[in-house]
Amino acid sequence: MTENADITPTTPDVPNTENAGKIQDHFDLFHTDEYQDLFEYKRQFEGAHSPEEVARIAEWTKTWDYREKNFDREALTINPAKACQPLGSLFVASGFEGTLPYSHGSQGCVAYFRTHLTRNYKEPFQAVSSSMTEDAAVFGGLKNMIDGLANAYTLYKPKMIALCTTCMAEVIGDDLGAFIQNARNEGSIPKDYPVPYAHTPSFVGSHITGYDNMLKGILECLTAGKKQETTNGKLNFNLGFDPYIGNIRELKRILNLFGIDYTILSDNSDTFDSPNTGEFQMYNGLTTLEDAADSINAEGSFFFQKYTTPKTQAYIAKEWGQTTYNLRPFGIRGTDEFLMKLSAITGKPIPKELEAERGRAVDALTDSQAWLHGKRVALYGDPDHVMTLLTFLLEVGAEPVHIVVTNSNDEFEIEAKNLLESSPYGKNATVWGKKDLWHLRSLMFTEPVDLLIGNSYGKYLWRDTNTPLVRIGYPIFDRHHLHRYPTLGYQGALNMLNWVVNTILDELDRNTIIPAKTDISFDLIR
Amino acid sequence: MTTVEDKKELIKEVLDAYPEKAAKRRGKHLNVYEEGKSDCGVKSNIKSVPGVMTTRGCAYAGAKGVVWGPVKDMIHLSHGPVGCGYYSWSGRRNYYIGTTGVDTFGTMQFTSDFQERDIVFGGDKKLAKLIDELEVLFPLSKGTTIESECPIGLIGDDIEAVARKKQKEYNKPVVPVRCEGFRGVSQSLGHHIANDTVRDWVLPKADEYRQTPEGYEPGPYDVNIIGDYNIGGDAWPSRRLLEAIGLRVICQFSGDGTFNEVVMTPLAKLNLIHCYRSMNYICRHMEEKYGIPWLEYNFFGPTQIAESLRKIAAQFDETIQAKAEQVIAEHQAQMDAIVERFRPRLEGKTVMLMVGGLRPRHVIPAFKDLGMKVIGTGYEFGHGDDYKRTADYAEDGTLIYDDISGHEFEEFAKKLNPDLIAAGIKEKYVFQKMALPFRQMHSWDYSGPYHGYEGFAVFARDMDLAINNPTWGLINTPWQAA
Repeated sequence: MTENADITPTTPDVPNTENAGKIQDHFDLFHTDEYQDLFEYKRQFEGAHSPEEVARIAEWTKTWDYREKNFDREALTINPAKACQPLGSLFVASGFEGTLPYSHGSQGCVAYFRTHLTRNYKEPFQAVSSSMTEDAAVFGGLKNMIDGLANAYTLYKPKMIALCTTCMAEVIGDDLGAFIQNARNEGSIPKDYPVPYAHTPSFVGSHITGYDNMLKGILECLTAGKKQETTNGKLNFNLGFDPYIGNIRELKRILNLFGIDYTILSDNSDTFDSPNTGEFQMYNGLTTLEDAADSINAEGSFFFQKYTTPKTQAYIAKEWGQTTYNLRPFGIRGTDEFLMKLSAITGKPIPKELEAERGRAVDALTDSQAWLHGKRVALYGDPDHVMTLLTFLLEVGAEPVHIVVTNSNDEFEIEAKNLLESSPYGKNATVWGKKDLWHLRSLMFTEPVDLLIGNSYGKYLWRDTNTPLVRIGYPIFDRHHLHRYPTLGYQGALNMLNWVVNTILDELDRNTIIPAKTDISFDLIR
Repeated sequence: MTTVEDKKELIKEVLDAYPEKAAKRRGKHLNVYEEGKSDCGVKSNIKSVPGVMTTRGCAYAGAKGVVWGPVKDMIHLSHGPVGCGYYSWSGRRNYYIGTTGVDTFGTMQFTSDFQERDIVFGGDKKLAKLIDELEVLFPLSKGTTIESECPIGLIGDDIEAVARKKQKEYNKPVVPVRCEGFRGVSQSLGHHIANDTVRDWVLPKADEYRQTPEGYEPGPYDVNIIGDYNIGGDAWPSRRLLEAIGLRVICQFSGDGTFNEVVMTPLAKLNLIHCYRSMNYICRHMEEKYGIPWLEYNFFGPTQIAESLRKIAAQFDETIQAKAEQVIAEHQAQMDAIVERFRPRLEGKTVMLMVGGLRPRHVIPAFKDLGMKVIGTGYEFGHGDDYKRTADYAEDGTLIYDDISGHEFEEFAKKLNPDLIAAGIKEKYVFQKMALPFRQMHSWDYSGPYHGYEGFAVFARDMDLAINNPTWGLINTPWQAA
């Protein structure tokens, strides 16, 4: 605080009747003297360490010594940036028309998946489980599945039930294919009713693995026997575990401008952003079962997240005989490449409108480049998400430094390193595969950066290391509506630029706001 | 839709959508409370129906997420695959004071992140190594709890053996909590399991572990706050009230609590329990073992606060009783002002509640203080004794639903058309899409505290802003036929 005279205006004393107007909630209440005294008094019972000892250890956690010990960990994971398979399975299933995601196993998992997705999107997310308990652990979950499918089918009237597993069902070895057949024989569901399924053990891979497994299961189920002699002239697009529903809408806009006929494989843009009409709609997945079934006859399939969907992509290439493409239409060059590829495949020219948008986006980047150039950045997230961020950062002359990917793989790490080596701005970067956010904390203390890009869990790193956080990723619980905006295409580049540069400028203001102390640089124009 | 008969008819209608077997099962969980009955007449604490959208969680959620998780200076390990720890990471707003990562660990996630090889070969070695690593990186932690996830119990790991060995090695508590998600039918068994670990692994060594404050002498006014998880800071206004009437709170279990406070508990004269459902087990144990009586209280809304303060004070001498009266009197004007301000805006508004194991009854009087009427209530994971206690709170004709399904809740809401629904995050946006105002009653919708006098002011403000916000009026387009 300033040592000068306190110039903050004081509120005049208000009469008692008005006092009800000043309701103190947790933001204010606990900073009052009464509560500060209460906390102080409580300490005697806590067996607390002395403040000096806490300060000493706190300082030590910022050192190279601590970093080395931290990186010696082999068994312990702290604050990982990954979730488990079924989350991705439910996510991808919800993009199909009338589809009820169903998780076979313990019921608590579904409560967690629903809660997690709901907190990110501020939208309802409906899914069911077999509610398996101890007896199912002993005898298997067949009975639960027979009842569960019958109840879900009758009560919620889905057009499709997409079934995945929790680790309980995996450990006891429930055979989904046989169980579903049994349920059909028992009359739980009609004989020809689609119940695609995937084994999604949480002790293998992460949420992106579950996305892949479920998507492949759904496509296998829906396209069986649907292969035609000729193609349907369409292209398939899959965005992977992409939390930005704005991206699906932006992609569709781009394809419509081109006049390309397409199928989005799992379009959950309305699932996670349905209009408020005063009526609750349970199903909002936009990929129709018919289109999904016909996707086997497309000209080719685009996958924007190479490391999220390797199995589905291999399956489409091998079983459907389709050409598959891996492109990441993010940032300027990534989008350029994508548009040129679309143009080359379809023979359609790149729409002038998009060219103008490119010009505007580039113009914006040049307007802001001075504030981004040479800024050291730490970032984390899923492999493909990180690739797109790296592309964008290198494009604007920012310097990625610490890159943490908890659900990493060798192929991704090679690709990321190659990308970083291709740019002078990538020379200080290290890709930390299989590491977590507690490792990142050590990295940020020992080798500080100017900016952190990550999900909401990054706010603890922001607090501890005083590094401003740009929220791009999943989950984002503590900011509203970011998922509605695209990060894809030229418009997406503009949005990412907006988030990044204005975070930097906000931080500059925060650091230059103390009257007569730091406010020399409290500039009106930046 | 006012009479008991009407509502019974409604229940029948809602059950029609189920297959016969499920309808029969669910029918036992739905009823209408009738004045004068000592119970709500619903079955509870039994398995959820498969394939029906329950709001329930699991034993792990109850043990780690609710009971042990808020003990701030211990490390709580989500033992098993990565998901459970991830989804429950910082989700419950159990406020605490401390330097996270140094002497407190509440908003961190520790997991053994099981891989396939751990399932195949067992995870005990990994667990032992992991505790060594915790010791290196977090020397100020006061101990570790191990919350096992589903696979642990299925692959036959012996986490108890690891816990015993490591506890000896470091002379710090290591508590194995067998809360695999498939155990029991909801969070509730997880609460019970966690309570039992306090009984079996902590209290027997309480004298050994305890660090009493300098010059501490057990006194006649020593009490424990049990079952307040300090959501949005709830436990602090509660503590303040108890201190204001002259009591000495020596433990908060578990919101903003510490391991030392847990081992202080046997020194108290009285256990004061807020969330009866999740912590009555340890209260009963302490009564049996140490002869410490326990008392339920309710700090939601001025009516219940006054009643509870008097009930608590009655356990002590006249000094305390006089102070209780004084505290109640001191807050009267402030409470009158709150009611005067908000009641006109809320008078006659109806509420449907559906929360965990306590609030479906505990908050009814707070709504009543504001002139609001609860027309439906039910628990995610209540037991028979909770529904008995609900009879003391519910009014004639209140719809009662146990472990309500998505379908039932939506249909009841459509028919009863309440002014407010107060439930959890999974329900929030379903009802907001129906243009129904909603408040989360687990997390206070990121507000709080709601306990105590200060909490009631926040509660009143929040109910008003939920119901009387102009955005609800924007939903219908002006060109739609009215």
